[in-house]
Amino acid sequence: MVQVLDDLKETPSQTAGPYVHLGLAPAAAGVARPGRDLGFGGVPGGVPGPRIRVTGRVFDGMGAPVTDVLIEVWQADAGGFYPGQPGAAPGFAGWARVVPDFDTGLFALDTILPGAVPGPGGRLLAPHLSLWLVARGINTGLQTRMYFPDRDNAADPVLSLIEPPRRRRTLIATGADGAYRFDIHLQGDRETVFLDV
Amino acid sequence: MTLYQRDRSWHPPALTPDYKTSVARSPRLPLLSLEGTVSELTGPRFGHGDIAPGDADLIANHAKDGDPIGERIIVHGRVLDENRRPVPQTLIEIWQANAGGRYRHRKDGYLAPIDPNFGGCGRVLTDDQGHYAFRTVKPGAYPWRNGVNSWRPAHIHLSVFGHAFAQRLITQMYFEGDTLIARCPIVNAIPDPRAIAALIAPLDLNQAVPLDCLVYRFDIVLRGRRSTVFENRPEGN
Ligand SMILES: [Fe+3]
Repeated sequence: MVQVLDDLKETPSQTAGPYVHLGLAPAAAGVARPGRDLGFGGVPGGVPGPRIRVTGRVFDGMGAPVTDVLIEVWQADAGGFYPGQPGAAPGFAGWARVVPDFDTGLFALDTILPGAVPGPGGRLLAPHLSLWLVARGINTGLQTRMYFPDRDNAADPVLSLIEPPRRRRTLIATGADGAYRFDIHLQGDRETVFLDV
Repeated sequence: MTLYQRDRSWHPPALTPDYKTSVARSPRLPLLSLEGTVSELTGPRFGHGDIAPGDADLIANHAKDGDPIGERIIVHGRVLDENRRPVPQTLIEIWQANAGGRYRHRKDGYLAPIDPNFGGCGRVLTDDQGHYAFRTVKPGAYPWRNGVNSWRPAHIHLSVFGHAFAQRLITQMYFEGDTLIARCPIVNAIPDPRAIAALIAPLDLNQAVPLDCLVYRFDIVLRGRRSTVFENRPEGN
């Protein structure tokens, strides 16, 4: 016998199911509740940084839009600081929820362009949004990132890990000048790179 | 600081064919393993200003002209991390079917009736020791389109934040003694029976409120923190 480590095990994940909006975005589920839904407040006017809009859809392995997905976004402010860090822009939540149109699957996120943030070994991470996707049929929430096509991504330490290099494209939006398009493919030829972080 | 690597063999894999919807919605390529960066090790924080005072009482928070129908219960427990540290001031969001097994969601068409006094959603923050509690009615089992005769065991969906975006977790809590648990393909997507047991809340009869409410206990564990155990760092671990 040996000594016993007393670490606990993480609670296992279960799918968010088809009614996740009832819990996280009741207005989208058709339910008005006391208090406000979190993650839908947008960015207050006084927060510095270029305004951007990201639209897109999530597709399943058969190419059908995932119309019941819920996405959470976590990002730095324009100066590259996350909320809670010293120097972060006051009033900026850095966190948003996105629910698509239940018929078309099309989503839209209005936010600001994040700055680059410090990464491993003092290298900068190119500006990006961290995304977390849950839906019916997804057993454990999926983590990924969205990078910007008009920023310098060449030295990004995460993108440069992706093999083969052509898959790096799956994390880079298209568009320019504050209007971006980002589609996520759960499976298939264009499967998005998902992260185990 | 970084997080313990997530033990993917403890969680359900992405592809679990008995749960049919997972087939077309499961990534097939390996996840890209990444040491957490500041983007994953930070995360949103919430406070009492973000939720409404009655959010943890699902018996009252959508009541119109009386209490909802159903077995009155309280669910309580603690949120800890894998290092056994309490996770204070973290947001838990809850959603569930009513006592008849029907969700108040525009896309639920089950024939069981909507309960006009029950919304089936709520929120609660853990206290300084990681404790939380909410009051509700026990949800009913409900049928779903998977096999021709598939039924979900009674369950409550829970979403938990923790303090890092990579601790984000959604799970489902089941009730001790429910014979549908062992027959459920979503439950059985979890390969390890010990992990399934971690989702089944025992009846906590000692805490029941006499003449009022049964109580179930459900503890939640989020990913632990890995510190540098040897290196002498001026800023500490
Ligand atoms: Fe459910």
